[in-house]
Amino acid sequence: MKPLIDVWLVFERYLGLLLRNPAWLATALVQPILYLVLFAPLLKSLASLRGFPPGGAYNVFVPGLLVQLGLFGSASVGFSLIAELRLGVVERMRVTPVSRLALLLGRALRDVLNLVVQALIITLIAIPFGLRIHPLGLVMMLGLVALIGLLFASLSYTVALWLRNEDSFAAVVFTSALPLLLLSGVLLPLTLAPAWLQNVARANPLAYAVNAARAVFLGHLTQASVVQGVSIMGALALAALVLAARSVSRALA
Amino acid sequence: MSLRTDRSRAGIMVETRGLRRVFSSRRGPVAAVAGVDLQVEEGEIFGFLGPNGAGKTTTLRMLTTLLPPTSGDAWVAGCDLRRQPRQVRERIGYVGQTGGADLQVTGRRELVFQSCLYGMGPAEARQRAAELLSLLDLEECADRRVRTYSGGQRRRLDIGLGLAHRPRLLFLDEPTTGLDPQARFRIWEEVRHLQQLGTTVFMTTHYLDEADALCDRLAIIDHGRIVAEGTPQELKRRIAGDVVTIGVGDSDRALVALAGQPFVREALGADGTVRLYVDRGETAMPAILRLLDGAGLQLHAISMSRPSLDDVFLRQTGRSLREQAA
Repeated sequence: MKPLIDVWLVFERYLGLLLRNPAWLATALVQPILYLVLFAPLLKSLASLRGFPPGGAYNVFVPGLLVQLGLFGSASVGFSLIAELRLGVVERMRVTPVSRLALLLGRALRDVLNLVVQALIITLIAIPFGLRIHPLGLVMMLGLVALIGLLFASLSYTVALWLRNEDSFAAVVFTSALPLLLLSGVLLPLTLAPAWLQNVARANPLAYAVNAARAVFLGHLTQASVVQGVSIMGALALAALVLAARSVSRALA
Repeated sequence: MSLRTDRSRAGIMVETRGLRRVFSSRRGPVAAVAGVDLQVEEGEIFGFLGPNGAGKTTTLRMLTTLLPPTSGDAWVAGCDLRRQPRQVRERIGYVGQTGGADLQVTGRRELVFQSCLYGMGPAEARQRAAELLSLLDLEECADRRVRTYSGGQRRRLDIGLGLAHRPRLLFLDEPTTGLDPQARFRIWEEVRHLQQLGTTVFMTTHYLDEADALCDRLAIIDHGRIVAEGTPQELKRRIAGDVVTIGVGDSDRALVALAGQPFVREALGADGTVRLYVDRGETAMPAILRLLDGAGLQLHAISMSRPSLDDVFLRQTGRSLREQAA
């Protein structure tokens, strides 16, 4: 019971920090909306190409955009942890009997909730542009975004605890996130890619998440690609959470 | 005598035996704390005095469960530090050097949150936060973000965060570093007030005047070892007589001229300053002047004083704390 209360306390604190600074949400939404308005129209003329996935430009692009949001939105959460480590905020919490795991879970849950809300807003904004969604597909999509968020938030906190320095953290996180993004078929579908690139992309777990996301938006909820994408993200999210929990219990014992 | 029997003896708040912490560095292992034995009694203000890097903070971080000791034992507030870290956390308060309040949050909110982390319900936590704001005279800035606080207000809030659960033992790491004289004096008053309320305070400082004015007992630490321990009075009394400080062009030659004189108990010199420990300053000073004159050494300054804690530190370590702080 006590650990659950602790998770709630930590979650509530960080949610409060976010809500009291609404400008942050606006900045987080600006980029995806710019992509929707300034980039997605380019895809319209490509949608007739051979190899372009079915469903139209927005149904191909928006799921990818949400996966991208999941990746970059969560990968940067470690910055705030590094700042708090430096300010002594984390130390001050560590000296209380609060559950160490709660210090991680409370934050990660806040990050996931934040991400899911942003994904929902972007999806709703995209509807007037011509996005078609299956209602149950939307729910599954948000679940998938939550798994992606949990995966990359956990990794981000692990790297932050390891490096404890914003500069090296930024270098590591953004250098490793970019190839993941480029090889995931978010900006342009990988079906347009040459064979060798497609083969490399097969090693990228995020590519499976993007395929699953496109399928659920079209309502193909039980397709093999959906099962594959969701289980890969679920397994990786769990593994990353365990990794983060271990580094928290070691670094913040 | 085992630690367990000591614990049952009333009135010991902190006791350590051979407490060590070794860090690995590029040049091999470095003992930041190289075997510390100390006792802090209930109700006292205990000071840990030493220069930066002496091992004060490392010791404090071990005693507050933040850093596991490499070896040694410690009992803190009646609990075994190694075996009962959780119980230790419930019983102690800790205020780190950097404080720990988030700049984006209001002081009141931080105090409520901290009280909740110690297991209080929301209503109780709000009540406790209000008490602390009044105790530390923070009511006027309670609902502003910490970012807007003055240095002294922030420090008082940090102390409030360490007091949320009414600990009987409070650890303060360099509580007045970086504060202006008025704010420092204010913190001293708060610490004395806490003592009156029954709290035992274990603090580190590298300020001699702070250690002298505030602490009931002191341990002087250097290179990870305690080099002297006692009340400020006791420590100073160990250096009997007066201290004559001379400013001279060539301190090495001055030392040669003065050392060995029957009235000089001890002479220390470096970088143009010589400190002489003498029985009677009034009679020693004319003799010193004659000797230096005879040796052809030019004198820039001469002064006489009672021994200070800095003399204690200098005697034990060969270095002056005052020079390091400057």
